[in-house]
Amino acid sequence: MRIAIASGKGGTGKTTISSNLAYYLSSQGQATTLVDCDVEEPNNHIFFNPAWYGSEMVQMPVPEVEAEKCTGCGKCAEICEFNALVCLKGNVLIFPELCHGCKGCIMVCPTSALKETTREIGEVQLGIKDRLNIVQGVLRIGEAMSPPLIRKVKEHGDNNGTVIIDCPPGTSCPMIQAVRGSDFVLLVTEPTPFGLNDLKLAVETIRELNLPFAVCINRSTIGDNKVHDYCKQEKIPIILEIPEDREIAQAYSQGRLFLKTLPHYQIQFDTLLKNIKELVVC
Amino acid sequence: MKIAISANDSSLESTLDMRFGRAPSFLIYELEQQTYKSIDNTQNLSSAQGAGIQSAQNLVNADVKVLITGNVGPKAFQVLKTAGVDIYLTPQTTIQEAIDNFKAGKLTKSETNNVEGHWV
Repeated sequence: MRIAIASGKGGTGKTTISSNLAYYLSSQGQATTLVDCDVEEPNNHIFFNPAWYGSEMVQMPVPEVEAEKCTGCGKCAEICEFNALVCLKGNVLIFPELCHGCKGCIMVCPTSALKETTREIGEVQLGIKDRLNIVQGVLRIGEAMSPPLIRKVKEHGDNNGTVIIDCPPGTSCPMIQAVRGSDFVLLVTEPTPFGLNDLKLAVETIRELNLPFAVCINRSTIGDNKVHDYCKQEKIPIILEIPEDREIAQAYSQGRLFLKTLPHYQIQFDTLLKNIKELVVC
Repeated sequence: MKIAISANDSSLESTLDMRFGRAPSFLIYELEQQTYKSIDNTQNLSSAQGAGIQSAQNLVNADVKVLITGNVGPKAFQVLKTAGVDIYLTPQTTIQEAIDNFKAGKLTKSETNNVEGHWV
């Protein structure tokens, strides 16, 4: 089963939940893979210090122009939705960092003056800690195009056991790429106006993708009641609530898994998994 | 010769828009005939990326030889330079003042982009 841990708002506790849930599952003897798709800032490894045993560079296609074949017709620039090419009086200029790799320009070029080349966007890294597999993506610094890297990270992490996918924040392409294909999405939020606003956006996104989902309220004893009210109104199950707890924050800031020092929370993770199984079945 | 000025509106009294790629429109001024027309740029104003590149492409397609604006980023600069469009930077004025200052030789030609992308 693939469980995606996502949120609209950043900093709600996706990595806290992902890392501790993955730890809990593997400590129960279950085959588990933790897949860190937050490729701009993959932090799960900090809590495990895994042994890295493999990696793969990830490229994406970009066009290159052969000037002598180019007639300057401008069809490539016309089809590009991302302004990655311009045609100036017979000169094609390419901005690789804007290219989304659709190859449309190469297909429409009537004289085959554009050919496919690649640029590196990042790296997939494979690690292991005890029985837990850890896969993460690291986006090249300065790179803006993360979805192709996220796709590769997920391919490497797609094992038979339980797969926990820590998603990037937001509700745009990287988040969608990370949650797509999962069996269940847990939306982590906090009971604040910001948390609620971004939760609504995330709910709309996940509903559009037609995936089963539920909500986790982190730091549930702060803020107001509006997230609870919203979930009730929208009939969204809240299947995990973690109170504001200084010891959890302390553990996180020191790079430690809070389930190890605060084992009384294990029961909540056990209930969480039972709830998820029920929701996936129906 | 055609001069383009990044503009907030379509008349000579309008204010110049200090942004190039995301200016709402360009006023295209014919230096010899002293006539002008406005071309809409709202599509680029709201584009997700590459606004400067596409705006530059549009000006090249309109046969513009000189651009007067407030700021130009690196990608727009590269397109304009490749196409041989001269860039003159100005502080905030009206379109008319910018044209007068250009004609009086008070504006200096820019040899590089003066801001990074997404500077606003």
